[in-house]
Amino acid sequence: MIHFVLLISRQGKVRLTKWYSPYSQKERSKVIRELSGVILSRGPKLCNFIEWRGYKVVYKRYASLYFCMCIDADDNELEVLEIIHHFVEILDRYFGSVCELDLIFNFHKAYYILDEILIAGELQESSKKTVTRLIAAQDSLVETAKEQASSISNMIAQATK
Amino acid sequence: MALSGMRGLSVFISDVRNCPNKEQERLRVDKELGHIRTRFMNERGLTPYEKKKYVWKMLYIYMLGYDVDFGHNEAVSLISAPKYPEKQVGYIVTACLLNENHDFLRMVINAVRNDIIGRNETFQCLALTMVANIGGRDFSESLSMDVQKLLISSSCRPLVRKKAALCLLRLYRKNPDVVNIDGWSDRMAQLLDERDLGVLTSVMSMLVALVSNNVDAYWNCLPKCVKILERLARNHDIPQEYTYYGIPSPWLQVKTMRALQYFPTIEDPNTRRSLFEVLQRILMGTDVVKNVNKNNASHAVLFEALALVMHLDAEKEMMSQCVALLGKFIAVREPNIRYLGLENMTRMLLVTDVQDIIKRHQAQIIISLKDPDISIRRRALDLLYGMCDVTNAKDIVEELLQYLSAADFAMREELALKAAILAEKFAPDLSWYVDVILQLIDKAGDFVSDDIWYRVVQFVSNNEDLQPYAAEKARDYIDKPAVHETMVKVSAYILGEYSHLLARRPGFSPKEIFSILHEKLPTVKTDTIAILLTTYAKILMHTQPPDPELQDHIWAIFNKYESFIDVEIQQRAAEYFALSKRGARSMDVFDEMPKFPERQFALLNKAEDKEIDTAEQSAIKLRTQQQTSNSLVVTDQRPANGSHPPSQLSLVRMPSQNMDPSLGDQETTQANGILTKVDPQPAQSGDVLGDLLGTLAIEGPPGASMQPEQNSGLEATASPIGDLALAPLDGQPNSVQPIGNIAERFNALCLKDSGVLYEDPHIQIGIKAEWRAHHGRFVLFLGNKNTSPLVSVRALILPPSHLRMELSLVPETIPPRAQVQCPLEVVNLRPSRDLAVLDFSYKFGIMVNVKLRLPAVLNKFLRPISMTAEEFFPQWRTLAEPPLRLQEVVRGVKPLSIPEMAHLLNGIHLGVNLDIDQNKNNLVASSTFFSESTRAMLCLIRVETDPSDRTQLRLTVSSGDPTLTFELKEFIKEHLIIFPTAPSAPSHAHAPPVVQPQPPVVGAGSTDPGALLAGLL
Repeated sequence: MIHFVLLISRQGKVRLTKWYSPYSQKERSKVIRELSGVILSRGPKLCNFIEWRGYKVVYKRYASLYFCMCIDADDNELEVLEIIHHFVEILDRYFGSVCELDLIFNFHKAYYILDEILIAGELQESSKKTVTRLIAAQDSLVETAKEQASSISNMIAQATK
Repeated sequence: MALSGMRGLSVFISDVRNCPNKEQERLRVDKELGHIRTRFMNERGLTPYEKKKYVWKMLYIYMLGYDVDFGHNEAVSLISAPKYPEKQVGYIVTACLLNENHDFLRMVINAVRNDIIGRNETFQCLALTMVANIGGRDFSESLSMDVQKLLISSSCRPLVRKKAALCLLRLYRKNPDVVNIDGWSDRMAQLLDERDLGVLTSVMSMLVALVSNNVDAYWNCLPKCVKILERLARNHDIPQEYTYYGIPSPWLQVKTMRALQYFPTIEDPNTRRSLFEVLQRILMGTDVVKNVNKNNASHAVLFEALALVMHLDAEKEMMSQCVALLGKFIAVREPNIRYLGLENMTRMLLVTDVQDIIKRHQAQIIISLKDPDISIRRRALDLLYGMCDVTNAKDIVEELLQYLSAADFAMREELALKAAILAEKFAPDLSWYVDVILQLIDKAGDFVSDDIWYRVVQFVSNNEDLQPYAAEKARDYIDKPAVHETMVKVSAYILGEYSHLLARRPGFSPKEIFSILHEKLPTVKTDTIAILLTTYAKILMHTQPPDPELQDHIWAIFNKYESFIDVEIQQRAAEYFALSKRGARSMDVFDEMPKFPERQFALLNKAEDKEIDTAEQSAIKLRTQQQTSNSLVVTDQRPANGSHPPSQLSLVRMPSQNMDPSLGDQETTQANGILTKVDPQPAQSGDVLGDLLGTLAIEGPPGASMQPEQNSGLEATASPIGDLALAPLDGQPNSVQPIGNIAERFNALCLKDSGVLYEDPHIQIGIKAEWRAHHGRFVLFLGNKNTSPLVSVRALILPPSHLRMELSLVPETIPPRAQVQCPLEVVNLRPSRDLAVLDFSYKFGIMVNVKLRLPAVLNKFLRPISMTAEEFFPQWRTLAEPPLRLQEVVRGVKPLSIPEMAHLLNGIHLGVNLDIDQNKNNLVASSTFFSESTRAMLCLIRVETDPSDRTQLRLTVSSGDPTLTFELKEFIKEHLIIFPTAPSAPSHAHAPPVVQPQPPVVGAGSTDPGALLAGLL
């Protein structure tokens, strides 16, 4: 099971965190501090796994961002490494050549997308097409609601003129 | 791509990003938090849009690492909003900010449930997602039925059902009772026929969790799993969108094979054949390709297939293929594959007799010990440790020692410990052992615990041949310029005892030895000074006739320390001074130390500890099997099995890092965590903008890498291993000693339903129980820990008269490393505290026989119920007279606070109802007792404590059956008077076995063989 997901920039800034196991706020910041130190200091040609507190952290660097997932020691590491890539591919498809800035200003979108890929610390959907479709559907729901709201307010505004 | 769509949010993010330093950022954030707080205080003027925006800002601030201690209520309240946009934000932010233990979550259970049972599909998805991510036990109690319905409903679309599956998995993890085992296994089998791959993937995750807990209920799923695997890996029968780099859903393949690994065997020959065909195909057909992702995905599948083959452990043909593959992997350049190759080779050591083939790769593994990547080095170390035996110990240990000086700090402790264990375990001769340990102290003194040098001293004292050699070596090391204090201790001790044996050699005259040692005195701590004083006194006495110069010098030192602040040193100095003044008459006082008794040292009792990594575990298992006699005899062969008394070394301490225990329920310690000090804000590198705008190039080459210094500091904190408290087995003729304390294990099992009942070097007996009304079902897990079979296995149940017990057939032989499961049915006929006994014997060299109490105790037939005052008092009044109500003042009670007492009662299934008794020094509990004669019988308990004297209390027990009342009262008393100590805490390992009270012989019990035996135990 995936215990948490972290996105950390090369400068150590946190871009996304998602916790599937219960950690208190204090523990969360401790984990982030500790792991970003370990991961950011690793050289380029090393393996994508680190052993940490009896767990394993699978990480991969994409340009300036490190995607990290913490799993149990006996989980399949490569499988999780490709979940990371799957996530990145979907982000890429959604934003169109995603960059760190996209994830900063649209961090909430990253959370929506992650929720369609992983829940309960397990992979829920491995089809990029399906995930993209569901996210688009959500976006349009929000859009429609917005339009409705504005049209009603228009109407009210009209009526009270 | 449009920005967030919320201007205020974007502006805020930009502001924060434009802050030139951390201080400015904090100011900006504080300002924003203040603003949000004010807006939230006056909620009426807040539009849904604004609320949404502020909640997102809070999440952003939280993500930056600031404390956000308000506004949870607003986030949570959005969940109940009627419109999708608000609801969505409410759910997602709540799931990010809170964890399952948060009180706010309870407030929304109803709102969440309404969304789940409502008709709106999108709301269902949001609710299921949140519960799957942060749902706790409360959720599992109120929602599991609804979630189950969604999962099996034929009218729900896949997007809801896949979420329901994982949501149910979460609820199951929080509370395994949510899945009704009987009906559920058929449902699961049906669900495995699912055609939608998203749903199937989620269902498979669920199955993995279910079978890992209780494989027996899900045998019907096994053929389906094999079918799915065939469909994916052989037929490639899968929609295009579910292939990943040309591989049919690697994730589903991995999960399916994971589920299959929980089934002990596959009996049906057809299913088995099909599975092996697929596995064969995966093992043979996976090639290394250029594309990294394809490679990773195919190897994820391949490694899972390897694990499955190892587990099924069947055709030797495939096993050798596996070893060959792994041999290839550990030599490749790709670091991930090399890492996994080493890891899996270590696992392979555990399961099959392939050690000899693995040994052929030793040279390659040693290369990996020097890999630039610490993850790989750790794997290599574990593997070397696991594969070490008498044939290669010398090579491996010397390799480890050589590497020790070069190794990074983070690994030294582990390396030193492993080298010491291996040296002791497999020493081909004793002088080599002494060499290794002295080298170890020399190179990594900080990581060598006292136990290790005590052990050397012990060996040297007990082996006369070794003494001159050890003295010579000790002198060599102590003569070096900067020696570790541990080296001073061990050298001083050995030289004091034995340097006179070499007195005629150049450099070994008493004077020279003294002056070498005395150089060290100014820099050492007091405990070392004490040893040095003794050494001086011994040197002096061995110098006959006395050397006046040396004598004056040493006397001057004694004189000086006679007024030393530390009393131990002071006394030594005074006594040695007085004794040595008496000259040769004191000779006998300063004689060599007597030989050490062949002490029974405790072995590391941590084999079951999950904290230890697999290699450690395997090594411990190996060691427990291969225990030889205490002295390190020169031996070329593996010790004969079991016939030796299992005495052994306690080497040492387990490596354990200085971990923060605060990580909640996580198991923290681990032999190979590293502790790194981190600068949270590493120096900014030049190319920030480039980073931000650069696409997350998939497969992109890493940019100019900026590497903050890693301050890996490692604090060596080692926790001592307790000597194991051996529970004496009076009158048992066996010389096999149990591992762990039998009484403690029993006590622990009285309060929980699964665990280890008994363990010794050859066998482990685990137990798992389920209780339903007056019926119970144990499963005994008999696990052979050896690489050869256990024979003449016999298990007899001696039931007390109130239990009807039926044990299924126990096989006479347990194959090597196999585990057999024997169900044991229990029916409770009437209330009694008598105990059932398992009379278990087996032969491994000698006959071993143990009699073990079975935890079919009274409380297992109790079910706590909660009652209100209105329900309680009428019942209480009707059961007011003896013998239905009994009251007793109990003294000598273990002093407990009220919450502790409540915890204790709840632990024995007496449900404490906090609101009934107005007096807060009293506790009222209620429970239902089940037996064949009483059927379901209500029991009411009241405990009145005396706040001024916690060692006494008044206990009142009522029930509709006089025997039950009596037995229950006595039972509670036993628990109040001696509460079984928690078995896990390491400090308790020293504690003497908990004394069980002799069960008082009452009525029918006196003729009961089980009861009599239980009394004997």
